Amino acid sequence: MSELRELYQATILDHGKAPRNFGELASANRSAAGHNPLCGDRLTLYLEVEDGRIVNAAFEGSGCAISTASASMLTEVVKGKTVAEAEALFDRFHRFVAGRGEAELFSDEAAGLGKLAVFGGVREFPMRVKCATLAWHAMHSALAGDGATVKTE
Amino acid sequence: MSRLGPSDVARLRKEFPILDQEVNGHPLVYLDNAATSQKPRAVIEAVSHHYERDNANIHRGVHALAQRSTAGYEGAREKLARFIGAPDAREVVFTRGTTEALNLVACAFGPSVLGTGDEILLTEMEHHSNIVPWQLLCERTGAKLVVAPIDDRGQLDVAAFRERLSPRTKIAAFTHVSNALGTVNPVEELVALARGAGAATVVDGAQAVPHMAVDVSALGCDFYALSGHKMFGPTGIGALFGRAERLDAMPPWQGGGEMILTVTFDGSEYADVPHKFEAGTPNVAGAVGLGAAVDHLEAIGMERIAAWERELLDHGTEVLSAVPQLRLVGTAERKAGVLSFLVDGVHSHDVGTILDLEGIAVRTGHHCAQPVMDHFGVAATTRASLAFYNTKEELDALGAGLRKVLELFA
Repeated sequence: MSELRELYQATILDHGKAPRNFGELASANRSAAGHNPLCGDRLTLYLEVEDGRIVNAAFEGSGCAISTASASMLTEVVKGKTVAEAEALFDRFHRFVAGRGEAELFSDEAAGLGKLAVFGGVREFPMRVKCATLAWHAMHSALAGDGATVKTE
Repeated sequence: MSRLGPSDVARLRKEFPILDQEVNGHPLVYLDNAATSQKPRAVIEAVSHHYERDNANIHRGVHALAQRSTAGYEGAREKLARFIGAPDAREVVFTRGTTEALNLVACAFGPSVLGTGDEILLTEMEHHSNIVPWQLLCERTGAKLVVAPIDDRGQLDVAAFRERLSPRTKIAAFTHVSNALGTVNPVEELVALARGAGAATVVDGAQAVPHMAVDVSALGCDFYALSGHKMFGPTGIGALFGRAERLDAMPPWQGGGEMILTVTFDGSEYADVPHKFEAGTPNVAGAVGLGAAVDHLEAIGMERIAAWERELLDHGTEVLSAVPQLRLVGTAERKAGVLSFLVDGVHSHDVGTILDLEGIAVRTGHHCAQPVMDHFGVAATTRASLAFYNTKEELDALGAGLRKVLELFA
């Protein structure tokens, strides 16, 4: 069961079952939808951005535990970050879960990701990377303001 | 011939080398046969032997290897024709698989019978490969799609199918067995209804041929498509059965070498059926492997295979029905070995990943049947699909794996 715990860690299960900041954000001034048509993960991410800083974040939608947990944690960690910091975090998170780094770099990559490091298990499950990154792609799209629905396939 | 029992199956399993392995520390439990089947040693060796001893290009070579290769290829065609009850081997066209076979019919047969306002009748349970080629054909010809619905058990509403047949229906295309639901359609009846309305009939047999005896002559359909990789043969090979008068009347669909008699810049003469539809060097090794798969299945007997799979399906249904929070999707009276289900509160992808960690291979998603998913109001299901080498113990393992899923998500 140890591999199980790696991917479906208590934190991920917790956020998956009881996502934080779940619901529409009335004060949002940026939003974007994300859709993974292959497995049906669907979410809308809401951001309130003020003077280049994300002051509030929330999301709605339905999907697998990984995508829900990722969105939930995203809304927690980006609050208070500048747009540039959030984008940098997206980049790091994406590289981390897509496992493009060497195995030895795992702990370096994990450091600086804080609690997002719990998604390290996704590296062993390439088919689930799209689930983990859906909310982040939506955030990227929301910040770019192009309003397009992102699709991860 | 006696029924297949557990000791027969244990013996048959040993012929499939891939089944003997561990995944994530557990014995592999392969329940994704609707996606693709595993291959017996005889098929693997037939392909290897072809490349080790016989390989050459087929049909026109005068040397020994060319003759052996051609014999292997055409021999496989004859075996397949007998296996599916085709009256003549020339009515069996080798293709890459079911998808290509259906596209062949849509491209080379469709335009000759369809004009603006004409209709193609499908069912709601079709695989995308038996939907999209017809959509493309409609765009080309101005014809339109008509769909016969399924009920909440996943059964085709045959009365609705009959009602939707009209004088404008020129093609009726439907599946023999649903890959998403396991429903077995009353194909003889559907063919008869469609023929009565003057429509040509196209049957998607991909999920039927590996699991039951099929006789295309008895069915009376115009076209029947199948995939080698689903019936314990290699990937990249399949076939289209087409009644001779249909195939003879059709123009070629891909042009090139092998499908011609003579070529000049003023014009070319085409080869006779079936070669007319087999342009270029084909998947010779694949056909040889498919021939070996047919031999393998005939040695066991399709009736025995169907009976064993029936026992497995019943056992699997019982096991799954006892799992709390689990709902079976596809509960038709006549079913093949497909168990599609939902687990309340747990997304299919999570179910599938956790089962994988237990060594169990199932498929999650829309199974290339999004309209079926839409009918049941879900984005995805988890699907366990059987072959004759599965065992009741494997289905018990599936049940245990699902209990682990529930524990984790409690």
